Amino acid sequence: MADSTSALALDKPRSPRRPAARRNNFELYSWVFMRISGLALVVLVLGHLFIMNILDGGVHRINFAFVAGRWSSPFWQFWDLSMLWLAQLHGGNGLRTIIDDYARKDNTRFWLKMLLYVAMAVILVLGTLVVFTFDPDIPAS
Amino acid sequence: MSTTASTAAEAGASDRAGASRRSGTFYRGDPGMWSWVLHRITGVLTFFFLFVHVLDTALVRVSPNAYDEVIETYKSPVVNLLEVALVGAVLYHALNGLRVILVDFWSKGPKYQRPMLWGIVGIWVVVMIPGTYFMLERTVSELFGGGH
Ligand code: HEM
Repeated sequence: MADSTSALALDKPRSPRRPAARRNNFELYSWVFMRISGLALVVLVLGHLFIMNILDGGVHRINFAFVAGRWSSPFWQFWDLSMLWLAQLHGGNGLRTIIDDYARKDNTRFWLKMLLYVAMAVILVLGTLVVFTFDPDIPAS
Repeated sequence: MSTTASTAAEAGASDRAGASRRSGTFYRGDPGMWSWVLHRITGVLTFFFLFVHVLDTALVRVSPNAYDEVIETYKSPVVNLLEVALVGAVLYHALNGLRVILVDFWSKGPKYQRPMLWGIVGIWVVVMIPGTYFMLERTVSELFGGGH
């Protein structure tokens, strides 16, 4: 992209001016990760949706006491924590691909990715803290 | 089903033979393309929802009342409909994701990619009919049946 003259100039695939491929297998691992995490998410996410939205009155029975009941069990804490991390990394990695696909300028691509990574970090840290520090006896208001 | 075959070699050959877009030699406009478009849209939607959903759940660290108040809005009729849309989107993404995985790793996956697409559409419908019923049952009976 060093000497591109117009905004829409695109190199042909395999043209020699393209930067050499990075010398690591990050994209391969990310491809594999999308598939492995996808398999785990089938159980975690569809199970979550079935329990929370469909079973036994669905969302209508959810409130603080319901959450407190679930998170009193390490099993559901572990379930929710794994789901948080896998969904966030899977979805975030998917969005990274999408940004690479559609962002036309290096600058736009850079800032969109920064926004994405900050959002992912905020959600991962906040979500993890909430699961670990949940307090069923917190004052009502 | 003669339309399922679309290997690169055949596509190249029938391209030159002047095959039309409808005969399944082009990816563009093919159901395979739309299945990917939908996969992408549902993935992004789910990611954005997840962002909001972690924030609303984090209210349990503020106070039970703060959490209950926000969850109460999830029980309103309009949000209830959005809930059905979200579950439908995630279910499609999950089923199609499994199809993509089978196409990638199962030796017969590419050959059956199209029947598998109709298969997941079928499963989606069969799951969403009772699913929608259970998600909307309460809202509908409160709106039209005088509640219980
Ligand atoms: C429920 C089980 C899920 C399965 C089986 C699954 C499967 C997959 C697979 C296999 C891919 C890669 C597609 C490709 O390389 O062409 C993918 C992409 C993606 N997934 Fe998922 N996924 C699941 C859940 C989720 C969730 C919960 C989110 C959001 C947080 C999500 C967001 C995305 C995004 C944004 C992409 C990128 C789409 C693209 O590049 O077109 N997925 N999914």
